[in-house]
Amino acid sequence: MNYNILLAGFGGQGVLFAGKLLAYCALISGKEISWLPSYGPEMRGGTCNCSVCISDEPIGSPLVTEPNVFVALNQPSFDKFIGKVKAGGKAFVDSTLVETKTDRTDIDCYYVPATQLETDNNLPKGANIILLGKVLEETGIFSDDTVRKALEKIVPPAKAFLIDNNLRAIGIGRAQ
Amino acid sequence: MKGNEALAEAAMRAGCKCFFGYPITPQTELAAYMAKRMQKNGGVFLQAESEIAAINMVLGAASTGVRAMTSSSSPGISLKSEGISYIAGSDLPCVIINVERGGPGLGGIQPSQADYWQATKGLGHGDFHLLVYAPASVQEMVDMVINAFDKADTYRMPAMILADGLLGQMMEPVTFPEVEPKVYDKSSWAADGHKGQREHHIINSLYLTPEALEKTVVDRFAKYDIIKEKETDAECYLTDDADIVVCAFGATARVVKSAVNEAREQGIKVGMFRPKTLWPFPVKEICKATESASKILSVEMSMGQMVDDIKLAINCSKPVEFFGRTGGVIPTPAEVLAKIKAMGGNN
Repeated sequence: MNYNILLAGFGGQGVLFAGKLLAYCALISGKEISWLPSYGPEMRGGTCNCSVCISDEPIGSPLVTEPNVFVALNQPSFDKFIGKVKAGGKAFVDSTLVETKTDRTDIDCYYVPATQLETDNNLPKGANIILLGKVLEETGIFSDDTVRKALEKIVPPAKAFLIDNNLRAIGIGRAQ
Repeated sequence: MKGNEALAEAAMRAGCKCFFGYPITPQTELAAYMAKRMQKNGGVFLQAESEIAAINMVLGAASTGVRAMTSSSSPGISLKSEGISYIAGSDLPCVIINVERGGPGLGGIQPSQADYWQATKGLGHGDFHLLVYAPASVQEMVDMVINAFDKADTYRMPAMILADGLLGQMMEPVTFPEVEPKVYDKSSWAADGHKGQREHHIINSLYLTPEALEKTVVDRFAKYDIIKEKETDAECYLTDDADIVVCAFGATARVVKSAVNEAREQGIKVGMFRPKTLWPFPVKEICKATESASKILSVEMSMGQMVDDIKLAINCSKPVEFFGRTGGVIPTPAEVLAKIKAMGGNN
Protein backbone atom coordinates (compact mmCIF):
# COMPACT_ATOMS: atom_id res chain seq x y z
CA MET A 1 0.00 0.00 0.00
CA ASN A 2 1.41 3.36 -1.01
CA TYR A 3 -0.99 6.29 -1.20
CA ASN A 4 0.10 9.87 -1.75
CA ILE A 5 -3.11 11.78 -1.29
CA LEU A 6 -3.68 15.47 -1.93
CA LEU A 7 -6.93 17.11 -0.83
CA ALA A 8 -7.60 20.69 -1.87
CA GLY A 9 -10.38 23.25 -1.64
CA PHE A 10 -11.42 26.50 0.04
CA GLY A 11 -10.67 27.08 3.71
CA GLY A 12 -13.77 25.97 5.64
CA GLN A 13 -14.78 23.15 3.28
CA GLY A 14 -13.29 20.57 5.61
CA VAL A 15 -10.22 19.68 3.56
CA LEU A 16 -8.05 19.27 6.66
CA PHE A 17 -10.76 17.30 8.47
CA ALA A 18 -11.17 14.89 5.56
CA GLY A 19 -7.39 14.40 5.53
CA LYS A 20 -7.35 13.88 9.27
CA LEU A 21 -10.06 11.24 8.97
CA LEU A 22 -7.92 9.34 6.44
CA ALA A 23 -4.88 9.73 8.70
CA TYR A 24 -6.70 8.24 11.69
CA CYS A 25 -8.05 5.38 9.56
CA ALA A 26 -4.45 4.61 8.61
CA LEU A 27 -3.30 4.88 12.22
CA ILE A 28 -5.99 2.40 13.32
CA SER A 29 -4.96 0.08 10.47
CA GLY A 30 -1.34 0.10 11.67
CA LYS A 31 0.02 1.91 8.60
CA GLU A 32 2.80 4.49 8.41
CA ILE A 33 1.21 7.89 8.02
CA SER A 34 1.94 11.59 7.68
CA TRP A 35 -0.51 14.50 7.45
CA LEU A 36 0.74 17.89 6.35
CA PRO A 37 -1.59 20.91 6.04
CA SER A 38 -1.06 24.18 4.29
CA TYR A 39 -1.13 26.77 7.03
CA GLY A 40 -1.27 30.47 7.68
CA PRO A 41 -3.47 32.84 5.68
CA GLU A 42 -4.64 30.01 3.42
CA MET A 43 -6.62 28.50 6.28
CA ARG A 44 -8.62 31.69 6.63
CA GLY A 45 -10.77 31.61 3.51
CA GLY A 46 -8.29 31.18 0.70
CA THR A 47 -7.36 27.94 -1.01
CA CYS A 48 -6.23 25.25 1.34
CA ASN A 49 -4.70 21.85 0.83
CA CYS A 50 -3.48 18.91 2.77
CA SER A 51 -1.02 16.09 1.98
CA VAL A 52 -1.65 12.64 3.42
CA CYS A 53 0.85 9.82 2.88
CA ILE A 54 -0.16 6.29 3.80
CA SER A 55 2.27 3.44 3.35
CA ASP A 56 3.55 0.13 4.68
CA GLU A 57 7.06 1.63 4.68
CA PRO A 58 8.27 4.67 6.68
CA ILE A 59 7.25 7.90 4.94
CA GLY A 60 9.99 9.87 3.18
CA SER A 61 8.89 13.29 2.02
CA PRO A 62 5.51 14.12 3.60
CA LEU A 63 4.84 16.76 0.95
CA VAL A 64 2.72 15.37 -1.89
CA THR A 65 3.66 16.92 -5.22
CA GLU A 66 2.50 14.09 -7.49
CA PRO A 67 -0.61 12.58 -5.87
CA ASN A 68 -1.95 9.20 -6.88
CA VAL A 69 -5.21 10.19 -5.18
CA PHE A 70 -6.37 13.78 -5.66
CA VAL A 71 -9.53 15.31 -4.18
CA ALA A 72 -10.63 18.68 -5.60
CA LEU A 73 -13.33 20.64 -3.79
CA ASN A 74 -13.12 23.81 -5.89
CA GLN A 75 -12.17 25.12 -9.31
CA PRO A 76 -8.83 26.78 -8.42
CA SER A 77 -7.60 23.57 -6.76
CA PHE A 78 -8.71 21.49 -9.73
CA ASP A 79 -6.95 23.82 -12.17
CA LYS A 80 -3.78 23.92 -10.09
CA PHE A 81 -3.28 20.23 -9.39
CA ILE A 82 -5.10 18.10 -11.98
CA GLY A 83 -2.04 18.18 -14.24
CA LYS A 84 0.16 16.92 -11.39
CA VAL A 85 -1.77 13.72 -10.69
CA LYS A 86 0.46 10.73 -11.29
CA ALA A 87 -0.33 8.70 -14.40
CA GLY A 88 -2.61 5.83 -13.39
CA GLY A 89 -3.84 7.85 -10.42
CA LYS A 90 -7.38 8.74 -9.42
CA ALA A 91 -8.98 12.18 -9.14
CA PHE A 92 -12.21 12.97 -7.29
CA VAL A 93 -13.95 16.20 -8.16
CA ASP A 94 -16.89 18.07 -6.64
CA SER A 95 -18.69 18.68 -9.92
CA THR A 96 -21.13 21.15 -8.34
CA LEU A 97 -18.28 23.60 -7.84
CA VAL A 98 -15.87 22.54 -10.57
CA GLU A 99 -17.33 23.31 -13.98
CA THR A 100 -14.59 21.93 -16.20
CA LYS A 101 -13.47 18.39 -16.93
CA THR A 102 -9.97 17.14 -17.52
CA ASP A 103 -8.88 15.93 -20.94
CA ARG A 104 -6.31 13.58 -19.39
CA THR A 105 -6.87 9.96 -20.34
CA ASP A 106 -4.07 8.46 -18.23
CA ILE A 107 -5.94 9.00 -14.95
CA ASP A 108 -9.38 7.97 -13.67
CA CYS A 109 -11.42 11.06 -12.88
CA TYR A 110 -14.66 10.76 -10.89
CA TYR A 111 -17.13 13.65 -10.93
CA VAL A 112 -19.47 13.70 -7.95
CA PRO A 113 -21.90 16.60 -7.36
CA ALA A 114 -20.96 16.56 -3.68
CA THR A 115 -22.16 20.05 -2.74
CA GLN A 116 -25.53 19.39 -4.45
CA LEU A 117 -25.83 16.05 -2.61
CA GLU A 118 -25.01 17.81 0.66
CA THR A 119 -28.02 20.11 0.15
CA ASP A 120 -30.33 17.33 -1.13
CA ASN A 121 -29.59 15.14 1.86
CA ASN A 122 -29.55 17.84 4.54
CA LEU A 123 -25.90 17.23 5.43
CA PRO A 124 -24.55 20.76 5.92
CA LYS A 125 -20.79 20.95 5.27
CA GLY A 126 -20.81 17.30 4.26
CA ALA A 127 -19.50 17.64 0.69
CA ASN A 128 -15.95 16.80 1.77
CA ILE A 129 -17.06 13.55 3.39
CA ILE A 130 -19.42 12.64 0.55
CA LEU A 131 -16.48 12.92 -1.83
CA LEU A 132 -14.33 10.95 0.60
CA GLY A 133 -16.98 8.19 0.45
CA LYS A 134 -16.34 7.94 -3.28
CA VAL A 135 -12.58 7.79 -2.62
CA LEU A 136 -13.07 4.90 -0.18
CA GLU A 137 -15.33 3.10 -2.68
CA GLU A 138 -12.98 3.41 -5.66
CA THR A 139 -9.70 2.73 -3.84
CA GLY A 140 -10.98 0.16 -1.34
CA ILE A 141 -8.45 1.65 1.08
CA PHE A 142 -10.53 1.51 4.30
CA SER A 143 -13.75 -0.17 5.42
CA ASP A 144 -16.71 1.65 6.98
CA ASP A 145 -15.88 -0.06 10.24
CA THR A 146 -12.42 1.56 10.27
CA VAL A 147 -13.98 4.92 9.36
CA ARG A 148 -16.39 4.65 12.29
CA LYS A 149 -13.55 3.91 14.70
CA ALA A 150 -11.57 6.85 13.32
CA LEU A 151 -14.56 9.18 13.67
CA GLU A 152 -15.03 8.08 17.26
CA LYS A 153 -11.44 9.16 17.90
CA ILE A 154 -11.56 12.58 16.27
CA VAL A 155 -15.12 13.80 16.87
CA PRO A 156 -15.34 15.30 20.37
CA PRO A 157 -17.93 13.57 22.65
CA ALA A 158 -20.10 16.69 22.74
CA LYS A 159 -20.62 16.37 18.99
CA ALA A 160 -21.11 12.60 18.89
CA PHE A 161 -24.25 12.99 16.73
CA LEU A 162 -21.94 14.05 13.89
CA ILE A 163 -20.51 10.54 13.67
CA ASP A 164 -23.72 9.17 12.17
CA ASN A 165 -24.04 12.16 9.85
CA ASN A 166 -20.51 11.55 8.60
CA LEU A 167 -21.17 7.86 8.07
CA ARG A 168 -24.36 8.71 6.16
CA ALA A 169 -22.30 11.07 3.98
CA ILE A 170 -19.76 8.32 3.34
CA GLY A 171 -22.59 5.99 2.29
CA ILE A 172 -24.00 8.57 -0.14
CA GLY A 173 -20.53 9.06 -1.62
CA ARG A 174 -19.95 5.34 -2.00
CA ALA A 175 -23.27 4.99 -3.89
CA GLN A 176 -22.30 7.54 -6.58
CA MET B 1 -0.22 14.44 16.81
CA LYS B 2 1.08 17.69 15.32
CA GLY B 3 4.81 18.31 15.66
CA ASN B 4 4.28 21.52 17.63
CA GLU B 5 1.94 19.79 20.08
CA ALA B 6 4.30 16.83 20.44
CA LEU B 7 7.13 19.21 21.39
CA ALA B 8 4.95 20.73 24.10
CA GLU B 9 3.70 17.41 25.48
CA ALA B 10 7.23 15.97 25.51
CA ALA B 11 8.55 19.03 27.35
CA MET B 12 5.93 18.66 30.08
CA ARG B 13 6.70 14.97 30.41
CA ALA B 14 10.38 15.88 30.70
CA GLY B 15 9.50 17.91 33.77
CA CYS B 16 9.35 21.38 32.20
CA LYS B 17 7.56 23.51 34.77
CA CYS B 18 7.84 26.95 33.20
CA PHE B 19 6.96 27.96 29.66
CA PHE B 20 7.22 31.54 28.45
CA GLY B 21 6.23 32.30 24.90
CA TYR B 22 4.92 34.76 22.39
CA PRO B 23 2.82 33.75 19.38
CA ILE B 24 4.33 33.46 15.91
CA THR B 25 3.48 31.26 12.93
CA PRO B 26 4.37 28.40 12.45
CA GLN B 27 4.93 27.45 16.11
CA THR B 28 1.84 28.89 17.81
CA GLU B 29 0.19 25.49 18.42
CA LEU B 30 3.03 24.73 20.83
CA ALA B 31 2.20 27.69 23.06
CA ALA B 32 -1.53 27.00 22.69
CA TYR B 33 -1.03 23.43 23.87
CA MET B 34 1.02 24.65 26.83
CA ALA B 35 -1.64 27.24 27.67
CA LYS B 36 -4.27 24.50 27.92
CA ARG B 37 -2.28 22.00 29.95
CA MET B 38 0.68 23.49 31.75
CA GLN B 39 -1.31 24.73 34.74
CA LYS B 40 -3.13 21.44 35.19
CA ASN B 41 0.32 19.91 35.15
CA GLY B 42 1.42 22.03 38.11
CA GLY B 43 3.52 24.39 36.05
CA VAL B 44 3.46 27.97 34.81
CA PHE B 45 2.41 29.12 31.35
CA LEU B 46 2.87 32.75 30.57
CA GLN B 47 2.35 34.61 27.33
CA ALA B 48 4.87 37.39 27.65
CA GLU B 49 4.53 40.88 26.17
CA SER B 50 7.34 40.14 23.71
CA GLU B 51 9.93 37.55 22.75
CA ILE B 52 12.56 39.51 24.65
CA ALA B 53 10.51 39.38 27.84
CA ALA B 54 9.87 35.65 27.35
CA ILE B 55 13.54 34.71 27.07
CA ASN B 56 14.42 36.81 30.12
CA MET B 57 11.68 35.05 32.06
CA VAL B 58 13.36 31.79 31.05
CA LEU B 59 16.63 33.18 32.43
CA GLY B 60 14.92 33.97 35.72
CA ALA B 61 13.15 30.62 36.01
CA ALA B 62 16.25 28.63 35.04
CA SER B 63 18.22 30.52 37.70
CA THR B 64 16.07 28.88 40.35
CA GLY B 65 16.87 25.43 38.99
CA VAL B 66 13.49 24.54 37.45
CA ARG B 67 13.22 23.24 33.91
CA ALA B 68 12.20 26.15 31.69
CA MET B 69 11.50 26.51 27.99
CA THR B 70 10.55 29.04 25.35
CA SER B 71 9.64 28.63 21.71
CA SER B 72 9.44 30.86 18.70
CA SER B 73 10.10 31.04 14.99
CA SER B 74 12.96 32.71 13.15
CA PRO B 75 12.30 36.47 13.62
CA GLY B 76 11.32 35.81 17.23
CA ILE B 77 14.52 33.87 17.86
CA SER B 78 16.54 36.85 16.62
CA LEU B 79 14.79 38.95 19.25
CA LYS B 80 15.67 36.39 21.89
CA SER B 81 19.34 36.30 20.98
CA GLU B 82 20.46 38.82 23.59
CA GLY B 83 18.79 36.81 26.35
CA ILE B 84 20.23 33.55 25.02
CA SER B 85 23.74 35.02 25.22
CA TYR B 86 23.05 36.05 28.85
CA ILE B 87 21.78 32.55 29.63
CA ALA B 88 24.90 30.98 28.12
CA GLY B 89 27.09 33.48 29.98
CA SER B 90 25.33 32.59 33.23
CA ASP B 91 25.73 28.83 32.63
CA LEU B 92 22.00 28.16 32.88
CA PRO B 93 20.21 25.14 31.46
CA CYS B 94 17.06 25.65 29.38
CA VAL B 95 15.47 24.53 26.13
CA ILE B 96 14.71 26.87 23.24
CA ILE B 97 12.61 25.77 20.27
CA ASN B 98 12.96 27.35 16.85
CA VAL B 99 10.31 26.27 14.34
CA GLU B 100 12.02 27.99 11.43
CA ARG B 101 10.32 30.00 8.69
CA GLY B 102 11.68 31.84 5.66
CA GLY B 103 13.89 34.88 6.18
CA PRO B 104 15.61 37.30 6.42
CA GLY B 105 13.53 40.01 8.05
CA LEU B 106 9.91 39.11 8.63
CA GLY B 107 10.42 36.78 5.68
CA GLY B 108 7.52 34.40 5.16
CA ILE B 109 5.71 31.74 7.11
CA GLN B 110 6.64 28.65 5.09
CA PRO B 111 9.32 26.16 6.20
CA SER B 112 13.01 27.06 6.02
CA GLN B 113 16.38 26.02 7.41
CA ALA B 114 18.10 29.34 6.91
CA ASP B 115 18.79 29.77 10.64
CA TYR B 116 21.49 27.08 10.63
CA TRP B 117 24.32 29.59 10.86
CA GLN B 118 22.49 31.53 13.55
CA ALA B 119 21.85 28.42 15.67
CA THR B 120 25.27 26.83 15.32
CA LYS B 121 27.54 29.85 15.09
CA GLY B 122 26.01 33.12 16.15
CA LEU B 123 23.03 32.99 18.45
CA GLY B 124 23.98 36.12 20.33
CA HIS B 125 27.15 38.02 21.09
CA GLY B 126 30.23 36.54 22.68
CA ASP B 127 32.09 33.24 22.61
CA PHE B 128 29.55 30.52 23.26
CA HIS B 129 27.64 27.56 21.85
CA LEU B 130 24.27 25.95 22.31
CA LEU B 131 23.54 22.28 21.94
CA VAL B 132 21.55 22.16 18.68
CA TYR B 133 19.33 19.20 17.81
CA ALA B 134 17.66 18.73 14.41
CA PRO B 135 14.67 16.36 14.45
CA ALA B 136 13.34 14.86 11.20
CA SER B 137 10.06 13.40 12.41
CA VAL B 138 7.42 14.10 15.01
CA GLN B 139 8.65 11.11 17.02
CA GLU B 140 12.18 12.50 16.98
CA MET B 141 10.86 15.88 18.17
CA VAL B 142 9.55 14.08 21.26
CA ASP B 143 12.75 12.14 21.89
CA MET B 144 15.01 15.11 21.29
CA VAL B 145 13.12 17.47 23.61
CA ILE B 146 13.43 14.97 26.46
CA ASN B 147 17.12 14.46 25.68
CA ALA B 148 17.71 18.22 25.30
CA PHE B 149 16.46 18.89 28.83
CA ASP B 150 18.79 16.20 30.17
CA LYS B 151 21.84 17.42 28.27
CA ALA B 152 21.11 21.04 29.18
CA ASP B 153 21.10 20.05 32.86
CA THR B 154 24.14 17.79 32.48
CA TYR B 155 26.26 20.56 30.96
CA ARG B 156 24.50 23.58 32.46
CA MET B 157 23.94 25.25 29.11
CA PRO B 158 21.06 26.13 26.79
CA ALA B 159 19.91 23.57 24.21
CA MET B 160 17.98 24.31 21.04
CA ILE B 161 15.63 22.20 18.98
CA LEU B 162 16.02 23.49 15.42
CA ALA B 163 12.86 22.40 13.61
CA ASP B 164 10.97 24.01 10.75
CA GLY B 165 7.40 24.84 9.76
CA LEU B 166 6.93 21.54 7.97
CA LEU B 167 7.76 19.47 11.05
CA GLY B 168 5.83 21.79 13.33
CA GLN B 169 2.65 21.55 11.26
CA MET B 170 2.91 17.91 10.27
CA MET B 171 0.90 15.21 12.03
CA GLU B 172 2.42 11.75 12.54
CA PRO B 173 1.89 8.96 15.04
CA VAL B 174 4.00 9.28 18.20
CA THR B 175 4.61 7.26 21.32
CA PHE B 176 5.76 8.92 24.51
CA PRO B 177 8.38 6.99 26.45
CA GLU B 178 7.23 6.09 29.96
CA VAL B 179 10.14 7.54 31.88
CA GLU B 180 10.28 9.71 34.94
CA PRO B 181 12.22 12.95 34.40
CA LYS B 182 15.79 12.62 35.66
CA VAL B 183 16.64 14.66 38.73
CA TYR B 184 19.81 16.75 38.71
CA ASP B 185 21.45 18.17 41.81
CA LYS B 186 21.46 21.92 41.31
CA SER B 187 22.03 22.80 44.96
CA SER B 188 25.53 24.14 44.31
CA TRP B 189 24.34 26.99 42.11
CA ALA B 190 20.54 27.40 41.95
CA ALA B 191 19.28 30.70 43.33
CA ASP B 192 16.24 29.14 44.94
CA GLY B 193 16.23 30.83 48.32
CA HIS B 194 18.86 30.20 50.99
CA LYS B 195 16.46 30.57 53.95
CA GLY B 196 19.39 31.74 56.06
CA GLN B 197 20.89 28.24 55.82
CA ARG B 198 23.72 28.85 53.38
CA GLU B 199 25.65 31.47 51.43
CA HIS B 200 23.55 33.09 48.74
CA HIS B 201 24.10 32.05 45.10
CA ILE B 202 24.68 34.65 42.42
CA ILE B 203 23.63 34.16 38.80
CA ASN B 204 25.63 36.59 36.72
CA SER B 205 27.21 37.13 33.32
CA LEU B 206 29.05 40.39 34.05
CA TYR B 207 32.80 40.28 34.76
CA LEU B 208 34.61 43.61 34.62
CA THR B 209 38.07 42.09 35.11
CA PRO B 210 39.19 40.76 31.71
CA GLU B 211 41.17 37.88 33.23
CA ALA B 212 38.18 36.75 35.27
CA LEU B 213 35.91 36.84 32.22
CA GLU B 214 38.52 35.07 30.11
CA LYS B 215 38.65 32.26 32.65
CA THR B 216 34.88 31.70 32.54
CA VAL B 217 35.00 31.52 28.74
CA VAL B 218 38.02 29.21 28.67
CA ASP B 219 36.39 26.92 31.24
CA ARG B 220 33.23 26.85 29.16
CA PHE B 221 35.22 25.91 26.06
CA ALA B 222 36.91 23.08 27.94
CA LYS B 223 33.38 21.80 28.57
CA TYR B 224 32.58 22.24 24.85
CA ASP B 225 35.55 20.00 24.00
CA ILE B 226 34.04 17.21 26.09
CA ILE B 227 30.67 17.75 24.41
CA LYS B 228 32.24 17.61 20.93
CA GLU B 229 33.76 14.31 21.91
CA LYS B 230 30.70 12.73 23.51
CA GLU B 231 27.50 14.25 22.23
CA THR B 232 27.50 13.95 18.44
CA ASP B 233 24.77 11.95 16.76
CA ALA B 234 23.88 11.15 13.16
CA GLU B 235 21.97 8.75 10.93
CA CYS B 236 23.72 6.98 8.06
CA TYR B 237 21.43 5.61 5.36
CA LEU B 238 22.88 3.35 2.65
CA THR B 239 26.26 5.08 2.91
CA ASP B 240 28.44 1.93 3.09
CA ASP B 241 28.92 1.52 -0.67
CA ALA B 242 27.80 4.99 -1.76
CA ASP B 243 29.62 6.88 -4.49
CA ILE B 244 27.68 10.05 -3.67
CA VAL B 245 26.67 10.85 -0.10
CA VAL B 246 23.87 13.38 0.22
CA CYS B 247 23.89 15.33 3.50
CA ALA B 248 20.70 16.82 4.87
CA PHE B 249 19.14 17.53 8.25
CA GLY B 250 15.61 17.91 9.57
CA ALA B 251 12.65 17.84 7.21
CA THR B 252 14.91 18.09 4.16
CA ALA B 253 16.37 14.70 5.05
CA ARG B 254 12.90 13.21 4.47
CA VAL B 255 12.86 14.58 0.95
CA VAL B 256 16.43 13.38 0.39
CA LYS B 257 15.60 9.89 1.63
CA SER B 258 12.81 9.63 -0.94
CA ALA B 259 15.26 10.76 -3.64
CA VAL B 260 17.92 8.28 -2.45
CA ASN B 261 15.42 5.41 -2.56
CA GLU B 262 14.40 6.40 -6.08
CA ALA B 263 18.06 6.65 -7.17
CA ARG B 264 18.86 3.24 -5.68
CA GLU B 265 15.96 1.74 -7.65
CA GLN B 266 17.65 3.11 -10.75
CA GLY B 267 20.92 1.50 -9.66
CA ILE B 268 22.73 4.69 -8.60
CA LYS B 269 25.02 4.17 -5.61
CA VAL B 270 23.93 6.99 -3.36
CA GLY B 271 23.41 7.26 0.39
CA MET B 272 22.34 9.83 2.93
CA PHE B 273 24.08 11.29 5.95
CA ARG B 274 21.86 13.10 8.44
CA PRO B 275 23.33 15.00 11.38
CA LYS B 276 20.99 14.82 14.37
CA THR B 277 23.20 17.18 16.33
CA LEU B 278 24.14 20.33 14.40
CA TRP B 279 26.31 21.59 17.25
CA PRO B 280 28.39 19.65 17.99
CA PHE B 281 28.65 18.70 14.31
CA PRO B 282 29.17 14.93 13.89
CA VAL B 283 32.67 15.17 12.41
CA LYS B 284 33.82 11.60 13.07
CA GLU B 285 30.54 10.21 11.80
CA ILE B 286 30.58 12.13 8.52
CA CYS B 287 34.21 11.19 7.82
CA LYS B 288 33.32 7.54 8.25
CA ALA B 289 30.06 7.77 6.26
CA THR B 290 31.81 9.36 3.27
CA GLU B 291 34.80 7.00 3.15
CA SER B 292 33.64 5.26 -0.03
CA ALA B 293 32.23 8.39 -1.65
CA SER B 294 33.87 10.36 -4.42
CA LYS B 295 31.51 13.31 -4.04
CA ILE B 296 29.30 14.86 -1.39
CA LEU B 297 26.10 16.86 -1.87
CA SER B 298 24.49 19.06 0.76
CA VAL B 299 20.76 19.66 0.39
CA GLU B 300 19.22 22.39 2.53
CA MET B 301 16.24 24.72 2.69
CA SER B 302 18.59 27.70 2.46
CA MET B 303 21.26 29.05 0.13
CA GLY B 304 23.79 26.64 1.65
CA GLN B 305 24.89 26.92 5.27
CA MET B 306 25.64 23.42 6.60
CA VAL B 307 27.73 22.92 3.47
CA ASP B 308 30.49 24.96 5.20
CA ASP B 309 30.58 22.60 8.19
CA ILE B 310 30.76 19.58 5.88
CA LYS B 311 33.81 21.01 4.11
CA LEU B 312 35.46 21.74 7.46
CA ALA B 313 34.60 18.30 8.83
CA ILE B 314 36.20 16.44 5.90
CA ASN B 315 38.94 19.05 5.60
CA CYS B 316 37.92 19.69 1.97
CA SER B 317 39.25 16.25 1.04
CA LYS B 318 36.40 15.67 -1.43
CA PRO B 319 34.28 17.91 -3.64
CA VAL B 320 31.18 19.14 -1.82
CA GLU B 321 28.32 20.44 -3.96
CA PHE B 322 25.12 22.14 -2.89
CA PHE B 323 21.47 22.10 -3.84
CA GLY B 324 18.78 24.03 -2.03
CA ARG B 325 15.56 25.97 -2.17
CA THR B 326 14.94 28.90 0.10
CA GLY B 327 12.34 31.46 1.14
CA GLY B 328 9.89 28.78 2.22
CA VAL B 329 10.09 26.57 -0.88
CA ILE B 330 10.48 22.86 -0.08
CA PRO B 331 12.72 20.94 -2.48
CA THR B 332 11.08 17.93 -4.15
CA PRO B 333 12.55 14.42 -4.37
CA ALA B 334 12.56 14.83 -8.18
CA GLU B 335 14.74 17.96 -7.94
CA VAL B 336 17.20 16.24 -5.62
CA LEU B 337 17.34 13.18 -7.87
CA ALA B 338 18.03 15.40 -10.89
CA LYS B 339 20.93 16.99 -9.01
CA ILE B 340 22.32 13.56 -8.06
CA LYS B 341 22.21 12.55 -11.72
CA ALA B 342 23.79 15.85 -12.80
CA MET B 343 26.68 15.08 -10.44
CA GLY B 344 27.30 11.93 -12.46
CA GLY B 345 25.81 9.53 -9.96
CA ASN B 346 26.44 6.14 -11.50
CA ASN B 347 26.39 2.45 -10.67
